[in-house]
Amino acid sequence: MTDSHPVLELRGVSKSFGAVQALYQVDFRVAAGEVMALVGDNGAGKSTLIKCIAGIHPADQGEIVFEGKPVSVHGPKDASRLGIEIVYQDLALADNLDVVQNMFLGREELDGLRRLDEVDMEKRASKTLSDLSVTTIRSVRQTVAGLSGGQRQSVAVAKAVMWNSKLVILDEPTAALGVAQTRQVLDLVKRLGQQGLGVVLVTHNMHDVFEVADRITVLRLGQNVAEFATKDVTPAKVVEAITAGALSKVPGLSEEVLA
Amino acid sequence: MSSIAPAETPGAVARDRVTVGDAVRGWWQGVRGGDLGSLPIFIGLIIIAIVFQSQNSNFLTSGNFVNLIVQASAYMTIGMGLVFVLLLGEIDLSVGFVSGVAGVMTALLLLDDGNAIGAIPAIIIAVAAGAAIGTLHGLLITKIGIPSFVVTLAGLLAWQGVVLLLIGDRGTVTLSNPTVIGFANDFLPTATAWIVLLACVGIYAATQISGRMSRAKANLPTEPIVLILLRVGALLLVGAIVVAVANDDRGIPYVFLVLAVLYLFWTFVLNRMKFGRYVYAVGGNTEAARRAGVNVDRIKIAVFAICSAMAALGGIILASRLRSVDTGAGGGQILLYSIAAPVIGGTSLFGGRGHIKSAVLGALVIASIDNGLGLLGLSSGTKFVITGLVLLLAVSVDSLSRRRQANTGRA
Repeated sequence: MTDSHPVLELRGVSKSFGAVQALYQVDFRVAAGEVMALVGDNGAGKSTLIKCIAGIHPADQGEIVFEGKPVSVHGPKDASRLGIEIVYQDLALADNLDVVQNMFLGREELDGLRRLDEVDMEKRASKTLSDLSVTTIRSVRQTVAGLSGGQRQSVAVAKAVMWNSKLVILDEPTAALGVAQTRQVLDLVKRLGQQGLGVVLVTHNMHDVFEVADRITVLRLGQNVAEFATKDVTPAKVVEAITAGALSKVPGLSEEVLA
Repeated sequence: MSSIAPAETPGAVARDRVTVGDAVRGWWQGVRGGDLGSLPIFIGLIIIAIVFQSQNSNFLTSGNFVNLIVQASAYMTIGMGLVFVLLLGEIDLSVGFVSGVAGVMTALLLLDDGNAIGAIPAIIIAVAAGAAIGTLHGLLITKIGIPSFVVTLAGLLAWQGVVLLLIGDRGTVTLSNPTVIGFANDFLPTATAWIVLLACVGIYAATQISGRMSRAKANLPTEPIVLILLRVGALLLVGAIVVAVANDDRGIPYVFLVLAVLYLFWTFVLNRMKFGRYVYAVGGNTEAARRAGVNVDRIKIAVFAICSAMAALGGIILASRLRSVDTGAGGGQILLYSIAAPVIGGTSLFGGRGHIKSAVLGALVIASIDNGLGLLGLSSGTKFVITGLVLLLAVSVDSLSRRRQANTGRA
């Protein structure tokens, strides 16, 4: 499974903000049907990397290859056209709208008279949720305000996968959740992989990583310092890579100092 | 109780419930959990009716009922436009004098000085001027980034100035155009009023039933047919009482027809069109809407344009009722009553929550109090104090029920 054709591959991606080198020569790949954990300390460049993929901060250098073809992503719309969806930590749900309305926000379906096609949208939303085995939501016509954190995360994920997406990036999906809700969301992440999507899980939480990830990429100071298959590695080793992984270059330091 | 519940939330009740009993139970649970809907308004209107009727037996006469509709109509119209602005979590303080500008423009365009144009072109020009004013407000708010409070506060001053400049040294401009005066002062023939009512109820029933049928075809949960029949029956009953009472006096004023059309149109826009969905989304979570690809600035500008255009229409209705405009056009309590109407009706000042019907029901409450206190011969001072207290009461009920909703997880 892990050796299959990558759905997304980054080759030598660099990004700097003024004098700050946020990413340096990062290689990164995710295969279809694989859950790739992206771990690293604060400031390691995880968010910058996903923003490069999303086209929010286009990379300065390097190549993004999607399904075998080099692509240029200039904005969130390009990304979603390719089939890349990102679920941000704050979820971007409108509390006052119901589940269906949130899932279709910005991509509403209209009927022949240019009215909102509520029947069709409700049907598709319900189907997506049941395909993902999300059973905790009582009614898809409930407003999001009344949902628990785990349910909201499920809605945000379902919203992301509804559009034939091929790669879903989840930014700290369990950060604000309790034990039972974390369970729900991790199960959901596993199912996404089983359904053949590429999944990138950005997280701090080693437990989550070892629970669901097939492979682990470690970023440190903007560089890819290690890539592991989860089954071949211990949490201690991953933590070591996060805190002390070997760098090829330290921004601002010359090579001699490193050596 | 059960007949009030379905009538006040058409289309939203119990989508996934099966029996009438379940629907009623669900509604009652909602009320206990703080989801009051329009219930406080109906109770308030009943209390108002009882109190004023006990003090002055003229309050519940058919003649006074017709007066009440006409008095409330301008606040309803301006309030409907404000619902959009409030849904965004913004405010428009200029609606009073924008309505004044439109009223004066209409009167001047129709002035019998040899250059008068037709009533319809005059109204279109005045409403278009309103829309242009709103677009200007919207551009200042979105493109320069001035808070709507400040932009429309400046508008409040500036458009009052424009009213004075337009009137010049005339003092008062009398309206003589029969079409424009007819809005608030002419009445539908008895038979026509009944036909219009039956047509409205028929259209409502047809949309409800066809909506239910397409849900059933798609295997989605449907509400019991009895509930639809109850709602249609309730609408027919209330409509029939209104028409019968009004026909007992002068009849249904034409302005009532205008209000009905506006109500249906804007409700459709808010509930069934993309634009309406985006207004709710921007008011609920601007950032989420932006990330979903909604052009937030365009929505805001359109909303301020709608609000000012509706204010302009309200100004024309007001001018029609008074048969003239003067230097005070758009002043007085127009602004505050128009903002209070949707708020009393349950539209949140914090954005994201509200309906067109809140403006209609709230304006009815305000006009009833105004009208009733007038019948009792109380001074303006007393009127304002009481209206202020009612506004406070309405917002308190809203805040308390919201807190209860948050506590019971309904929010």
